[in-house]
Amino acid sequence: MIIDPQTISWRFVKVWQRNLVTFQRIWKVNFITPLLEPLLFIAAFGLGFAGLLSTIRYAGAEISYTAFIAPALVATAVMNNAFFETTYASFVRMYYQKTFDGMLATPLSIEEIIIAEIVWSATKAAAAATIMLAVLGAFGYVKWPLGLLMIPLAFFGGIAFGAVGLFFTGIIPTIEMFNLPIFLFVTPMFLFSGTFFPVSNLPLWAQPLALAFPLYHLVQLSRLICLGLHETVPVLSVLYLALFSVIFILLALVFMKKRLVK
Amino acid sequence: MADIIEVQHLCKRFGEVTAVDGISFTVGAGEFFGLLGPNGAGKTTTIRMLYGFSPPSRGVIRVFGMDISRDWRRIKARIGVCQQDNTLDPDLTVEQNLILFAGYFSIPRREARARAAELLDFFALANRRSAKVMDLSGGMIRRLTLARALINRPELLILDEPTTGLDPQSRHQVWDRLEKLKASGLSVVLTTHYMEEASRLCDRLIIVDHGKILVDGSPEELTLRHVGRSVIEIGGPDQALRDYLKAHEIAHDDLGQRLLLYTPDGNEISTAVRDNFCHDQCTFRSGSLEDVFLRLTGRELRE
Repeated sequence: MIIDPQTISWRFVKVWQRNLVTFQRIWKVNFITPLLEPLLFIAAFGLGFAGLLSTIRYAGAEISYTAFIAPALVATAVMNNAFFETTYASFVRMYYQKTFDGMLATPLSIEEIIIAEIVWSATKAAAAATIMLAVLGAFGYVKWPLGLLMIPLAFFGGIAFGAVGLFFTGIIPTIEMFNLPIFLFVTPMFLFSGTFFPVSNLPLWAQPLALAFPLYHLVQLSRLICLGLHETVPVLSVLYLALFSVIFILLALVFMKKRLVK
Repeated sequence: MADIIEVQHLCKRFGEVTAVDGISFTVGAGEFFGLLGPNGAGKTTTIRMLYGFSPPSRGVIRVFGMDISRDWRRIKARIGVCQQDNTLDPDLTVEQNLILFAGYFSIPRREARARAAELLDFFALANRRSAKVMDLSGGMIRRLTLARALINRPELLILDEPTTGLDPQSRHQVWDRLEKLKASGLSVVLTTHYMEEASRLCDRLIIVDHGKILVDGSPEELTLRHVGRSVIEIGGPDQALRDYLKAHEIAHDDLGQRLLLYTPDGNEISTAVRDNFCHDQCTFRSGSLEDVFLRLTGRELRE
């Protein structure tokens, strides 16, 4: 058995709280990115790109290009927030600040620390999504009140990207080497998950690859919520993200434990 | 006196390396217990197994009568640990460090605040409670780490080199606090490289090397048994002295430029040495734990 159920309790919330308190200390800085990022993208694509490409055909509807990318921006922010939290930030806590070593001298278990890191990354992703949603909503790119569902969706997606990030933290030898999963995993996902152009524009052989990306499914679900449009079966996207999360939570548990228990 | 720690045939292997090689010892309630040894002797590894950080490769550890491999959560709730590395949160304030740590023990917020205030007072940190950990001196960081280890009112305190890297003032301040805690009946396990610290604080200690226990006893007992009450240090010993020691079979360590002579006090040998061989560089002093340590573990460098 990989996990001993006795090692996981609600105590993980205490570790989550610790991250929240640290986050609050620099909350103003933490909120600048999700506030400005959508503005920059809307400015660039809405103003700069609009002359080249005013509308786009998606799921049988004709929509403005900016409306097309707006939900995808939230989805990619979810990915970035969660993934960077459990890679760089978790690595700093684990390796440089030895925060986990200190926690392991208390009644906390390693499993609780790992779960807390993933749940925290999802919380941070949901917070960023909420702010972006407010900005995009102000420009009319979000359907209300359905758009509020973006917040739980961001948390749900954040779990998937937080878990895969922590898995990399469990196996990466040095902090510089995070460049590798970012270059090979995050950047291709950012570009080819139907974020900036529909996946149907890709050559046929490449389309199934895009479908394997968790970000593709998060983008699909985000468009469903913000625009009411979808080109794939939403339930399958939910199931895919859930399965992806379960697998990488287990892998994160196994490899982080292997790394921390000496 | 009931034993609060019972270690039996404890082993820890890292791949091919055996860091701890079948050690057994007990620590009684209220005892200040020392775990000494050169670098790489297995001290920290042993300590980490004691508080459930590393699982033993073999052997049994019982703390408060419970098995650490099964009842680790209940045991950890009742012990305090001051690790060798600084594991404080650099982004948080002194007080936040204590209060968040109290949370890991499920201590209610109000109670945590009260305990934090009390501990900051005890460790002379009350005026720095809102300071960031990053801005503290080494001595303050160590005192805060100690305060944090006491936030759950532990029955057993585990200290891994609590004064390494501190200046003499800070070290004496830490010793003073540890003595107060000892007087209050707290049981303590200490590792240290400072023999002065071990002599002053420990009721009983073991010296380990290559993962095995070499000796077990109180600092006084060990000094008497392995060194004797007094030591004569002779600088630049000549051949005549060496011949004399050999002829009379007197316990000594010849370090080349320096010779250490272990003699019972007021003995005729020490008088003879004083009269015949002490030209200018001769020191008469009492035996110490440091002599015991160096005699038992050798003088060559480790690491």
